Amino acid sequence: MAQQLTAKEPTAEQIADQKIYSQFGVSDYEYELICGFLGRKPNYTEIGVFSVMWSEHCSYKNSKPILKKFPVTGPRVLMGPGEGAGIVDIGDNQAVVFKIESHNHPSAVEPFQGAATGVGGIIRDIFSMGARPVALLNSLRFGRLENERVKYLFEHVVSGIAGYGNCIGIPTVAGEVMFDESYEGNPLVNAMCVGLIDHDKIQRGVAKGVGNPVFYVGPATGRDGIHGATFASVELSEESEEKRTAVQVGDPFMEKLVMEATLELIDSGIVLGIQDMGAAGLTCSSAEMASKAGNGLELYLDEVPQRETGMTPYEMMLSESQERMLFVVEPQHEAQAKEIFDRWGIICAKVGKVTDDGRLRLFHKGEEVADMPVKALVDECPVYDKPSKEPAYYSENAKVDTAAFAEVTDLTGALEKVLASPTVASKEWVYNQYDYMVRTSTAVQPGSDAAVVTIRGTRKALAMTTDCNGRYVYLDPEVGGRIAVAEAARNIVCSGAEPLAVTDNLNFGNPEKPEVFWQLEKSADGMSEACVILNTPVIGGNVSLYNENAKGAIYPTPVIGMVGLVHDIDHITTQGFKAEGDIIILVGETKAELGGSELQYVLEGAAAGRPPEIDLATEKKVLDAVLGAIQKGLVASAHDLSEGGIAVAVAESCISGRLGAEVALTTDLRADHLLFSESQSRILLSAKPDQAAALQALLAEQGVVHSQIGTVQGSSLTINVNGKAGIQAPVQQLEKVWKDAIPCLMK
Amino acid sequence: MKFAVLVFPGSNCDIDCYKAVEDTIGQSVDYVWHTTTDLSAYDAILVPGGFSYGDYLRCGAIAQFANVMNEVKKAAEAGKYILGICNGFQILTEAGLLPGALIRNNGLKFVCQQEQLEVVNNNTAFTNQYSQGEMINIPIAHGEGNYYCDDATLAELKANNQIVFRYAGDTNPNGSIENIAGIRNKAGNVVGMMPHPERAVDQLMGSEDGKRMFTSILNAWREQHGAAVNG
Amino acid sequence: MKATVYVTIKQNVLDPQGTAVQGALHTLGFSEVEKVRIGKYLEVELDTTDRAEAETRIKAMCEKLFANTVVEDFRFELEG
Repeated sequence: MAQQLTAKEPTAEQIADQKIYSQFGVSDYEYELICGFLGRKPNYTEIGVFSVMWSEHCSYKNSKPILKKFPVTGPRVLMGPGEGAGIVDIGDNQAVVFKIESHNHPSAVEPFQGAATGVGGIIRDIFSMGARPVALLNSLRFGRLENERVKYLFEHVVSGIAGYGNCIGIPTVAGEVMFDESYEGNPLVNAMCVGLIDHDKIQRGVAKGVGNPVFYVGPATGRDGIHGATFASVELSEESEEKRTAVQVGDPFMEKLVMEATLELIDSGIVLGIQDMGAAGLTCSSAEMASKAGNGLELYLDEVPQRETGMTPYEMMLSESQERMLFVVEPQHEAQAKEIFDRWGIICAKVGKVTDDGRLRLFHKGEEVADMPVKALVDECPVYDKPSKEPAYYSENAKVDTAAFAEVTDLTGALEKVLASPTVASKEWVYNQYDYMVRTSTAVQPGSDAAVVTIRGTRKALAMTTDCNGRYVYLDPEVGGRIAVAEAARNIVCSGAEPLAVTDNLNFGNPEKPEVFWQLEKSADGMSEACVILNTPVIGGNVSLYNENAKGAIYPTPVIGMVGLVHDIDHITTQGFKAEGDIIILVGETKAELGGSELQYVLEGAAAGRPPEIDLATEKKVLDAVLGAIQKGLVASAHDLSEGGIAVAVAESCISGRLGAEVALTTDLRADHLLFSESQSRILLSAKPDQAAALQALLAEQGVVHSQIGTVQGSSLTINVNGKAGIQAPVQQLEKVWKDAIPCLMK
Repeated sequence: MKFAVLVFPGSNCDIDCYKAVEDTIGQSVDYVWHTTTDLSAYDAILVPGGFSYGDYLRCGAIAQFANVMNEVKKAAEAGKYILGICNGFQILTEAGLLPGALIRNNGLKFVCQQEQLEVVNNNTAFTNQYSQGEMINIPIAHGEGNYYCDDATLAELKANNQIVFRYAGDTNPNGSIENIAGIRNKAGNVVGMMPHPERAVDQLMGSEDGKRMFTSILNAWREQHGAAVNG
Repeated sequence: MKATVYVTIKQNVLDPQGTAVQGALHTLGFSEVEKVRIGKYLEVELDTTDRAEAETRIKAMCEKLFANTVVEDFRFELEG
């Protein structure tokens, strides 16, 4: 397609007669609407601009009805969805800015650059708000790691993330990586960035003040990634491999300079509006900035810095060359702005002007080459209420009795198998490639429940995590959606923080399939419900649809990025056991819930049955009680129970703490069910012997089910069930299994 | 005592070095831009980590020609204290202020982790607060920290006691010759090291073993100026 | 005038990238591969027609910037 784009452009008549618009994903109906808004047929540049603005990636035309479900306000929310990133108040005139975004399709065709530019894009979203980026997270999904192509994707996605984040000097502190066949050929690469800002520095992407100049900063524009936004909105196919022109190349060094210069510019107080050029580049940033101010914009394309010769207006408007920003200042501040960018050695060019006619008008070589109503571009894309239908697999699956498999008697062997499963295994191979310490604020490093980053000059800190178990969401989207939010909140609480808010990344298949749309709808219902009950509004996010491959849709994967506030650094808690003799306490109830569990995946190779149930009121009670206990100083270690259940949680607390444990459990359940069930709302705590009683009293007072299950001691893990030997292994042996699994597969 | 933290386009540990000087010894410290042509006001110069000029072509290759580097060379000749950390070490070798070169890690991957180091030489301005042979924990974070020099240079390094730190953990993290993690020049006033002492100044971040590098510098300076202290 | 510059890692210095590629080639069945060395290739356009001068200048660029002669060798070709 790229060759065709640069060849002689078709006329407005040809576009209409040969339905060329359909190649850009514009339907007949949409084309008619566009003709109506223009009062004529669009030319090639205009249809290009409309097609990206009306793509799912920019318009959310298919997901808007879904996004409406989310709670987006709260007493701490300073800015909700709609701007580059959401903002939440953390007191003392400070606020936290964060957002997650996907780069799934680019990463599937060129994993290194796809992942790198995904990181670069989300960082720009944060600093264009005026915030200093302080941390990065990544949520990744791949096929089975035994597959050679999967290994290639995994290796290069990780080095792409490392290459960008390490160079720009923002620590990559947390994230998750899961492996399941469903993601084969369509990996998920979701990048999240967290920034800090003072309230009075908050910027918006608005083209304010009629007559004001519009500036372009960053490297010159090339023919990179033309139609990236549209590319993100179609299914992957064999052809996608051919579409490498749609993948952009990242330059983290350039972005570091653009970031420093931009923050300096914002600090000077002269910026009226600023936005990064992300998907759909100059088109999206200019149209959105004009729209948000209720103004129009003229762009003089000859002034746009160009890296290649003979670029057409179409190519300049649609290029997704990276590390570029657009901003507006008053004319008298032009010299001051240019001086800042000069010092950092960055191009800063005046490319346009704010107008009052509500139109986006483009000029090239002395001619007007496009004239479109801004409102039509930004707000008038039709919104589709897609048909929704319960998939056949859903009811069939629900009938599966997931507890009926033959009882596993070698429980130590089963634990080792689960610990070696790449989803559960240590991710050291991944995070040792990330500089997670630069900025020297990382108080809890990767490998615990949530990362914690301190805020210099205060006693406060930020906790952050990403979570989503796609298997649960597949088995029951509503329950899975609730669990994704609840698990994120549990991770935040286990690190000693109060959950603040959520950014979500909805990764789903083709929404034109009613069964996929049903997954989307139901999971959003579940997530919304959890966000309301757990007091964590959704302040922004991203939607990535059409995640399919030859075998069908990926597991529905609504990734939750959550940030929490540690009120005092003394509250920071990690998962590792701390000292011999500490008392181990299990919070929550365990049922025989094996559907979608890691044990099921390890034994049977697929997810089936019902996922664990979750009662959100109980979850809230557990979280409040545990956070209260942590804040009172009664908790030595805290670890969320997730994949692999009690067995894995206790093993991980032993490994992280380099200590053994003796645990005795009594139950009516089968021992293997008890040890590997993934029942929700459970947390593993340990407490100093002289504080255990106070901790248990506090939990009892709050009506939280809990039991004392053992003590931290020795160098082996022993778990007895109903007085019988269950699991028995030296911690070192478990650690080896857990740590070696991924490196061995990657050799 | 007055510290300079150099800032090249792409430096990213400049803030951490600055904070470490403030937090550990509370001395005066300035960020100094790469275009500066006068460093005479400073007693110690920190060349921080990061990716100067994107580390394009070779790590430190382009930074060695920044204006400020002429001043760094003059300062080195004048006997001022110069510490290059990570990318700063790479820049100092490229500039010829320290022998050898840093090449790609033998594992081909960027490595970020806590490392155990052996203090091989405590008789330098940067290590006088450690004991000889002491084991300390300081993190590394680099993709090209594999120290290389030819046999003659290595013999010379040994003969002059120029090896300051060695990796002492179970494995050599990057393939460095003789596990070298840090070296000094012959005169002893210029030290380069791949590990990041500025990241090890607070127990909350995992180690505070790096603190004593900063107290060592202050101590050396005070001794030189007749006011020795014990850090 | 155009110069083509090749920068390679010295024969006595380990080239981990080259070793890794060699391993991959062996896995792929190219067992005859005895050694792989990876280097850099630069194209430099010069605004001069004086060949001798170009040669001196390019050599200086190589020594000063393109190669670190502690670990790298270089060679170049001039055309035009």
